[in-house]
Amino acid sequence: MMLKDKMKIVSTTYIAKDTIEMVLENSNITEFAVPGQFLHIHVGTHTLRRPISIADCNKQLNQIKILFKVNGEGTNKLASYQQGEYLDVIGPLGNGFTMDGETNSTVLLIGGGIGVPPLYYLGKTLKEKGINIVSVLGFQQKDHVFYEQQFQELGETLIVTDNGSYGYKGFVTDVLDQINEFDCYYSCGPIPMLKALTTKLKGKNGYISLEERMGCGVGACFACVLPTMDGTSYKKICKDGPVFQAEEVTL
Amino acid sequence: MNLAIELPGLSLKNPIMPASGCFGFGREYGEFYNLSKLGAVIMKAATGSERFGNPTPRVAETASGMLNAIGLQNPGVHKIIETEVPFLSQFDTNIIANIAGSTLREYEEVAYAFNEADKVHALELNISCPNVKEGGIQFGTDPSMAARVTEAVKKVSHLPVYVKLSPNVTDIVSMAKAVESAGADGLSMINTITGMQIHVPSRKPLIANKTGGLSGPAIKPVAIRMIYEVSQQVNIPIIGMGGIQSAVDVLEFLLAGASAVAIGTANFQNPFICSDIIDELPSVIEKYGFHSVQEVIGKGIVS
Ligand SMILES: Cc1cc2nc3c(=O)[nH]c(=O)nc-3n(C[C@H](O)[C@H](O)[C@H](O)COP(=O)(O)OP(=O)(O)OC[C@H]3O[C@@H](n4cnc5c(N)ncnc54)[C@H](O)[C@@H]3O)c2cc1C
Ligand SMILES: Cc1cc2nc3c(=O)[nH]c(=O)nc-3n(C[C@H](O)[C@H](O)[C@H](O)COP(=O)(O)O)c2cc1C
Ligand code: FES
Repeated sequence: MMLKDKMKIVSTTYIAKDTIEMVLENSNITEFAVPGQFLHIHVGTHTLRRPISIADCNKQLNQIKILFKVNGEGTNKLASYQQGEYLDVIGPLGNGFTMDGETNSTVLLIGGGIGVPPLYYLGKTLKEKGINIVSVLGFQQKDHVFYEQQFQELGETLIVTDNGSYGYKGFVTDVLDQINEFDCYYSCGPIPMLKALTTKLKGKNGYISLEERMGCGVGACFACVLPTMDGTSYKKICKDGPVFQAEEVTL
Repeated sequence: MNLAIELPGLSLKNPIMPASGCFGFGREYGEFYNLSKLGAVIMKAATGSERFGNPTPRVAETASGMLNAIGLQNPGVHKIIETEVPFLSQFDTNIIANIAGSTLREYEEVAYAFNEADKVHALELNISCPNVKEGGIQFGTDPSMAARVTEAVKKVSHLPVYVKLSPNVTDIVSMAKAVESAGADGLSMINTITGMQIHVPSRKPLIANKTGGLSGPAIKPVAIRMIYEVSQQVNIPIIGMGGIQSAVDVLEFLLAGASAVAIGTANFQNPFICSDIIDELPSVIEKYGFHSVQEVIGKGIVS
């Protein structure tokens, strides 16, 4: 169910360096949202909308949280919007994470930078289903770290920074040996991280969420395709993804 | 208010249609509104067999527009006839098939294949896609090549043929006249303008194909100028496009001499754009002192 609607900005808060948490309210879009989906947000006079993941959703309050990093002109404009203003949003878009884990199974969440947000709504939803959560979150450096507390509430959480200014030093893949058995992993982050990760965890049941520059965001323009693993077909990130089974696509 | 327009092969209830490549085969935007509202739908380009297109990134944003280098990704003409035309034919609208190829032979094959699809009302002959390099032949920029491909397609097809012109030429009028003489039933203009963006942090062209086609409001003045020039020199109708975002923009295209319009990039910002413009068109036409779409065509041309 794709909708185009106005979402009211309930609050907007800086939670780390250049990183904003925004709470948006709209009953229609929240009703259909599931973890892993995204919103396509119109900003200022920009021709193209900006895709931003749903980081949390409260269906009682009709609220969705997004977390975004100021990256260029569009996200800078988005950061300038104030509480009480409305955003023009298409959503919820894409397919969410498959959540077929059994009660008491263990799931590993691996997030890199601005890939962390969709994993929060996922982790929260999985925990409600009685699944154990372990998280590994990677950030550039100390002042970029966000949502450590929120992930701690879901389960054991390891923080990694590139330069070691907070938590472990290195990349998320460097600490995976410290994690005990898990049944399934979910990951979102930069492509080099996902490549390293899917190689290291080859054979494990896993899902990854991908990014690509988008035109329409709804599946009509073929801007965001990637080849399937066997090379005979393709998938659209906006419509068939952004979440894929780790072994389904070629990075 | 009479919005209807009669063109070769097309009985349009209104002059508004989504542009090729910006609306897929209608399935996605059909989730937003009833496609029967549209004058016509121009399908994504069809080629002889399935094409996977260019590597990504395939799009970049620009001031007042965007660049794209999709590379004609499509499931191939036979799959389109089998699965996409039946979907679109459920709606009470006209279907225009956009056809492309790398060789003269491929154009003929694709055009011929659409003879079997009895629900397709016209062909839009895409000789102007800047993103296909095979064959080394520039059908869209050489008047004699454009005439040859038009003639070849006219010969094998039962359908009216609208030739889609490339703006990447010095003399648009000679291109238009060449395809008119070769038997084109109409023109469609303009396609995208070749451009490039360099991603400063990585010091490389942003689009994997390096160059892309510029579309959106940035190209509207170019489209208006070309339609204005061409409409005075040919006797076949023009479907105008390039940066349309509002009903007033539509009026501007009609005034320049277009008989109908297509809307591309604007669908990405507002999925309802075609529907919204159809709703607004009657009051805008009236506001500027006209009584029908037909009456507006070419009225902006001053001698
Ligand atoms: C499915 C999906 C979910 C995302 N979720 C989040 C999120 O939760 N939080 C967050 O901070 N960011 C997220 N992103 C990345 C976010 O979309 C980009 O940071 C943003 O579009 C950059 O826009 P800009 O105008 O600031 O940058 P500019 O570089 O000025 O943008 C220019 C153009 O490139 C596109 N673009 C640039 N970087 C990216 C990118 N990484 N991915 C896709 N398009 C890009 C823009 O959309 C725009 O069309 C997500 C991307 C995708 C595809
Ligand atoms: C993403 C994208 C894909 C396109 N694909 C095609 C195509 O397959 N065939 C074609 O003839 N034109 C194609 N075009 C060109 C459009 O149909 C149109 O001529 C052009 O974009 C100008 O109109 P606009 O400014 O309203 O988008 C494409 C344009 C875009 C933006
Ligand atoms: S962005 Fe248009 S198909 Fe994915």
